[in-house]
Amino acid sequence: MHKAETDHATASIGFNRDEPYVDWHDETLWFVRVKRDRAARQLPEWENLRETASGIKDFVLAHMDSLLVQFEARALENGIKVHWAADADEHNRIVGDILESHGITRMVKSKSMLTEECHLNPYLASRGIEVVDTDLGERIVQLRQEPPSHIVLPAIHLKKQDIGELFHEHLGTEAGATDPQYLTEAARVHLREMFLTRRAALTGVNFAVAETGGFMVCTNEGNADMGVHLADVHIACMGFEKLIPAERHLGVFLRLLARSATGQPVTTYSSYFRKPRAGQEMHIVIVDNGRSAQLARPDFRNSLKCIRCGACMNTCPVYRRSGGHSYHHVVPGPIGSILAPNFDMRANADLPFASTLCGSCTNVCPVKIDIHYQLYQWRQTLAREGYVPAAKAAGIRAMNAVLSRPRFYQWGGKVGRSLMKLAPVLVNNSLNPWYHQREMPEPPGESFREWYLRNRSKK
Amino acid sequence: MSSREKILERIRAAGRRPPALPEIDTFESRFEDPVGKFAEVLTSIGGELAEVSGFDGLRAFLDQKYGSWSRRVSSIPGLADWTDFDLQTADPHSLAEVNLAVIQGETGVAENAAIWVGEQQVPHRVLPFITQYLVIVLPKAGIVCNMHDALAKIGPVSEGWGAFIAGPSKTADIEQSLVIGAHGARGLTVVLT
Repeated sequence: MHKAETDHATASIGFNRDEPYVDWHDETLWFVRVKRDRAARQLPEWENLRETASGIKDFVLAHMDSLLVQFEARALENGIKVHWAADADEHNRIVGDILESHGITRMVKSKSMLTEECHLNPYLASRGIEVVDTDLGERIVQLRQEPPSHIVLPAIHLKKQDIGELFHEHLGTEAGATDPQYLTEAARVHLREMFLTRRAALTGVNFAVAETGGFMVCTNEGNADMGVHLADVHIACMGFEKLIPAERHLGVFLRLLARSATGQPVTTYSSYFRKPRAGQEMHIVIVDNGRSAQLARPDFRNSLKCIRCGACMNTCPVYRRSGGHSYHHVVPGPIGSILAPNFDMRANADLPFASTLCGSCTNVCPVKIDIHYQLYQWRQTLAREGYVPAAKAAGIRAMNAVLSRPRFYQWGGKVGRSLMKLAPVLVNNSLNPWYHQREMPEPPGESFREWYLRNRSKK
Repeated sequence: MSSREKILERIRAAGRRPPALPEIDTFESRFEDPVGKFAEVLTSIGGELAEVSGFDGLRAFLDQKYGSWSRRVSSIPGLADWTDFDLQTADPHSLAEVNLAVIQGETGVAENAAIWVGEQQVPHRVLPFITQYLVIVLPKAGIVCNMHDALAKIGPVSEGWGAFIAGPSKTADIEQSLVIGAHGARGLTVVLT
């Protein structure tokens, strides 16, 4: 892999060109965060639930091997075929081979960030297999030939006018129509046709239960169930961290997931699959693709607790004002920025810096991942491994030189204040990145230290 | 080495800490009136609520509300003569024609208005999703406070498939505008008995 063509900061400049649009994006996501707060506050035990969920996932991370073996054994007993994929290529090949063995060339797929991570759709296309994404937001971005910009709200970067034009072109809706009700109805009719004619359906997995070999798939639209219950072949793909030990733990995670994601008390459909229906074939693909490497990093293994609710994105001041696509990784936002460097440090070295380290992500995370602390840790790791750009590294060294020498710092401050007064152009010019979106402030007459010494000595 | 062995080997090599599995209690979400809470939440998520007494009351309600509808099915034994569409089909695709499905639920959850529907209640897994409108008949005595209580009541799940269904299908993927009726049922009415 190689360095991303456009880093997060550069991509954000593009995103920020249209100010009313950025304000709209910011406010729309903040509204989702507010709904999450309202839902969380209705439960007196909310913090206790988060703690419990985090503890359950700690147990899972510590016993991953035995739980996976248990899950596999139960699933096999239930008549499910189990596959193991060490990396994305193997995952894609397994799915392609299953479909080919049935002579299937068209498939429906409900939301699965894992298949985005593995780039399954283009791979299957190269084998002559057409995939239709059936979540409305995912179908929209698929028709636009772009990746989702959010893991729960894939088309959150688009206005209804964009979607109206897209549907006019692809689904034959009326020109200029932008009513969400009308556009959703058009998609319903379009996708029903797909559900009724496709013989294979692929889903993600929200929770896989080790003690039963069953797995749960959550949607609001009903697209996973429509696809799967009409198909001859159901393929469910999961990163191995989706495991939970026991059926009773579903209660803990279902209570947290939708409230954190959208502020709903629960997803409309939480569908629990234990056995294929009569005449149906059911497959589970268990995928590693770098997860075992993350598990081996003590500072970062907690990131594998993630249940993909997206709350950290909705609350992040940087995500809300830079948009999901600026992150150039399958999972954007704070959680994506601590997952991405594990895949490719060079390509994703910019992402842990796309944060103010304000900690809001950590505060809303339903499984208590220390996201902002891990962002900070990744910065250390990336600098140590030489993945931080030379200019940034030199700047950090210079800051270190100044900040660790009090007298040098005091002298530098004095010189800086006089220079800013005598020749403001030294800082008010386009070479100073701080000057791009703001006027530099008037330099103060004295430093706080000088003020303090002067005033304290009066007493 | 197979991928299975390779993955398990890597996981073991990653080392492990031995935390204990936390106990889960059922927490403080207890409602004095679970049925009232269920009704309140159901309405807030786009569902409709009705209350009838006895089987005759159910028949009367269905007649009054859906008597003129065509292509209605039910998996409730006593309603076989009320329906006009055969559920005994080998191919679930034929259910695409169904306008109304009336099914039985056993367990409802007050905190989120979810109802557990399993293979015991529906002859085809796709039925509650493919029907245009869905009616779930739920005994008030089957309503519990929260998800922990619900899983304790229905588990261990012995059916091959089941789902918690909370309200009609919905989406907000276009500018966060809530639209009821995405791919599943366009409407859900819960009839409490």
